[in-house]
Amino acid sequence: MSSEIYKPGSYPNLPPPPGTVGVYGWIKNNLFSSISNSTLTIISVVLIYYLIDGIIGWFFFDAVFDANSKIECRKINDGACWAVITRRVGQFVYGFYPEVERWRIDISFLTMFIAFAPLLYPDLPKRKWLLWFSGIYPFFAFILINGGYFGLTKIEYSLFGGFMLTVIIGVTGIVCSLPIGIFLALGRQSKLTVVRTLSVCFIEFMRGVPLITLLFVASSMLNYFMPPGTNFSILVRVIIMFTFFSAAYIAEVIRGGIQAIPKGQYEAADALGMNYWQTTRFITLPQALKISIPGIMNTFIGLYKDTTLVVVIGLLDPLGIGRAALADTKWNGLSTETYLFVALFFFVSCFAMSRYSLWLENKLNTDHK
Amino acid sequence: MTFLHNIWHNEKSREIIIQIFVLLCIGWFLSWLISNVDANFKALGKDISFEFLFIPAGYDINQYLIDYNNRDSHLRAGIVGLLNTGLVAVFGIILATILGVTLGIIRLSKNWLASRIAYWYIEFTRNVPILLHILLWHGIIINTLPHSKNAINIADISFLSNRGFYIPKPLTENGIELVYLLLVIGIIFSVLFFKHAKKKQDLTGLQLPVFWINLSVIISLPVIGFFVSGLPISLEIPVLKGFNFKGGMHMSPELAALTFALGIYTAAFIAEIVRAGILAVDKGQREAAESIGLKPSKVMKLVILPQARRVIIPPLTSQYLNLTKNSSLAIAIGYMDLVATLGGISLNQTGREMETMVIVMLIYLSVSLSISAFMNWYNNKVKLVGR
Amino acid sequence: MVKNKNQLSKPVIEIKEMHKWFGNFHVLKNISLGVNQGDRIVICGPSGSGKSTLIRCINRLEVHQKGDIIVNGTELTGDLKNLEAIRSDVGMVFQSFNLFPHLTVLENCTLAPIWVKGLPKKEANELAMELLTRVKIPEQALKFPGQLSGGQQQRVAIARSLCMQPKIMLFDEPTSALDPEMIKEVLDTMIELAETGMTMLVVTHEMGFAKKVADSVIFMDEGEIIEQNDPKNFFNNPKNERTKLFLSQILNH
Repeated sequence: MSSEIYKPGSYPNLPPPPGTVGVYGWIKNNLFSSISNSTLTIISVVLIYYLIDGIIGWFFFDAVFDANSKIECRKINDGACWAVITRRVGQFVYGFYPEVERWRIDISFLTMFIAFAPLLYPDLPKRKWLLWFSGIYPFFAFILINGGYFGLTKIEYSLFGGFMLTVIIGVTGIVCSLPIGIFLALGRQSKLTVVRTLSVCFIEFMRGVPLITLLFVASSMLNYFMPPGTNFSILVRVIIMFTFFSAAYIAEVIRGGIQAIPKGQYEAADALGMNYWQTTRFITLPQALKISIPGIMNTFIGLYKDTTLVVVIGLLDPLGIGRAALADTKWNGLSTETYLFVALFFFVSCFAMSRYSLWLENKLNTDHK
Repeated sequence: MTFLHNIWHNEKSREIIIQIFVLLCIGWFLSWLISNVDANFKALGKDISFEFLFIPAGYDINQYLIDYNNRDSHLRAGIVGLLNTGLVAVFGIILATILGVTLGIIRLSKNWLASRIAYWYIEFTRNVPILLHILLWHGIIINTLPHSKNAINIADISFLSNRGFYIPKPLTENGIELVYLLLVIGIIFSVLFFKHAKKKQDLTGLQLPVFWINLSVIISLPVIGFFVSGLPISLEIPVLKGFNFKGGMHMSPELAALTFALGIYTAAFIAEIVRAGILAVDKGQREAAESIGLKPSKVMKLVILPQARRVIIPPLTSQYLNLTKNSSLAIAIGYMDLVATLGGISLNQTGREMETMVIVMLIYLSVSLSISAFMNWYNNKVKLVGR
Repeated sequence: MVKNKNQLSKPVIEIKEMHKWFGNFHVLKNISLGVNQGDRIVICGPSGSGKSTLIRCINRLEVHQKGDIIVNGTELTGDLKNLEAIRSDVGMVFQSFNLFPHLTVLENCTLAPIWVKGLPKKEANELAMELLTRVKIPEQALKFPGQLSGGQQQRVAIARSLCMQPKIMLFDEPTSALDPEMIKEVLDTMIELAETGMTMLVVTHEMGFAKKVADSVIFMDEGEIIEQNDPKNFFNNPKNERTKLFLSQILNH
């Protein structure tokens, strides 16, 4: 063990011993550090191998991508029969929106990203200009999709379906529920007993019943509460229900954010002579909303997933289209392919949203240091 | 004028005025709603009454815990539905908890590969809507399992087909009383032994393997009694008659699919809750516990878990509640839960949308509010004592 | 403070040419240190010098990659069988106290004696009360840590470690997280402990404590032991430039 003698304070920075760092060291520490750890690694590797072998085979290599029926599929190969999807891609995406008018949906969808960009990315250049567009986007999209103005044909809501329907219900519900949720949260914290009680009752009711019962109410009962003769489209009724439902959950998330604000903030605002609305607008809400962002994003993702429930009351979201496809005797029994396809769509969009949420949370946490 | 001015600028009276105003608005709104309902009902010749509950339902339910036939009342159908909801909720909660806790622990493992596998499994499961899980599993069970004629045969006493899972039904005969008695004795012994072992440890410091001793006693005593009484349990084995199995116990594909889907879906959320709870305990706690010489298992049991429990239980009960509410999607695959009976077929047959929905929503609401009350009580009980 | 010079000087900690890396960062370089029974050693130095890491290696909260560490005759290696037994003999007091918030002060102290040493509850309670009296807070026994002040909590932490009757006590900046008026009560407790002959390694900035009680003061910088000397020579005649610089920074404010 002869080591050179260095003067105190001049010992050089040596590299760590081989086998403790680098790829080899990492593998040793993380995967094989003990007997139980090593067994776990081996089991995991075997599991992954079987999964990939079985699934990739069924998904791609043995799959049939176009055929006339399930029986034909099985003659060609015995993997997944994706023909049930490929023959109906249009329906899955646009529902029964007339083919010639589908460009209107495409434009609305693409411009939606432009409209949301300045809201979601606080550092975007030319943000002020884009925000103007975000402001008019709701009207712009409504006119495009609905029609009836500027020479565009009016399309009946009963023709809406597929992923387009999911996005319409989801985005509209989300955007409308945020302001309502904020008001509910403020109401729940209010000193006024009446306001507080009403807010609590509304929130607890919405959170206590399953969404499906609210959708049943929307489809069968909501008309009774309107003056005789009014006739809202079922789509509008459903969007209203989703909005109220989501607003209640958002209210609870924001309430958590409000409660996390240190009391000293309110005391400082009082000392400056601010009244309730000024305090709320400049002190409470900005901080509460920032803290609540992960919770709000989670609620949004949940709402987006919940839009699938509309299939139970007869709307033709992607699950509805899928069921209609499966009812056709040609494609009977291909439920796995159909539902997996829809599942993949949701996985990609929800995963992207939760990644964005994590990014935003990180950014806001490091921005204000 | 000054009177009004004074009222408005006095904080207390202003609050009262605002509240009265709000109440008036709400009152007006409610009366408008009610008058609409009244007008609509009159025009349609409907009324509000709950008498429909007592007329015969006229439909069959294929999975039931209590006896039911189609001549029973809607009320009874609703009760069967409620019990079915409870059944799938209990099964689902058990599956979700076991799977979720295991996944959460794997997620925390130092083994990068296992942790990553758990991560991706959780992400795939969480980001797919629950209804899709239910439909997927239902489809797989119906379409992949063989017909009853070619059912998968497990030891000639259990069968798996696309009509469901059939297992033998245990029938008790004479002599079963001894087995029950010994089971009860075993449980009483365990409780007493647990107390005794604790006292002994306090007195002498000796630690006995209480868990294993209790487990062996509870299992072995009834088993001994079983053999001594001459095997007083016989099995009614399901037998294929025509297209279906008769006899034995039956788990419908709907119940299986629903339980599976709910269990798997909720487990993903429970895993994250467990993981967050354990990570929430300060790293220094583990270090302090280890540096006074506690073994890793004791560190978990005495220091980490009691603190993690506080953080885990509230969101955990929230997930249980979500699972119960999600079970209402049973209607999508034809499982007759509360919503599918009262809010589904009963509603369609009697046309009583208001009454049935009110009953269904009230039931869910009361379950929900009691769980909230429990959570509040629990949170207050385990609050860490501070200054 | 006179130390009993007739005590047999047994080495309780031997560190020979020990190196530690955090990933690629060489955090401890060629540390060699010998601690005899009854020694009181103070380690000081700028932040990031590796002082905390060094004492955490002694009870294996951190793992070293090269060199030897021998504690109470047992060498700390990769496949250590009885880590808990070694840790029972080495007590540690943390900067952030790390008391168990869900247990009372008494339960904090009796936890390890009951579950590791297998003491009957009565004996464990007596032992704990004795030690709580020694650190002068017996009346807080049934309170929860959250109800105590910082200085009281740290004294409970010291009592908790002492309940295992360790041969060595490690202190990782025990007063750095305390309000100024509470530092004295903790330092007094540590001084009393030193007077009983306990082997102590203390990482601290409290130079007054070092002057009063230490047998040896070590200055560490950038992972190396720069200088080690008895307090008188260390403070009055520092040999190394860096030591002089450090002392001038902390002694003159």
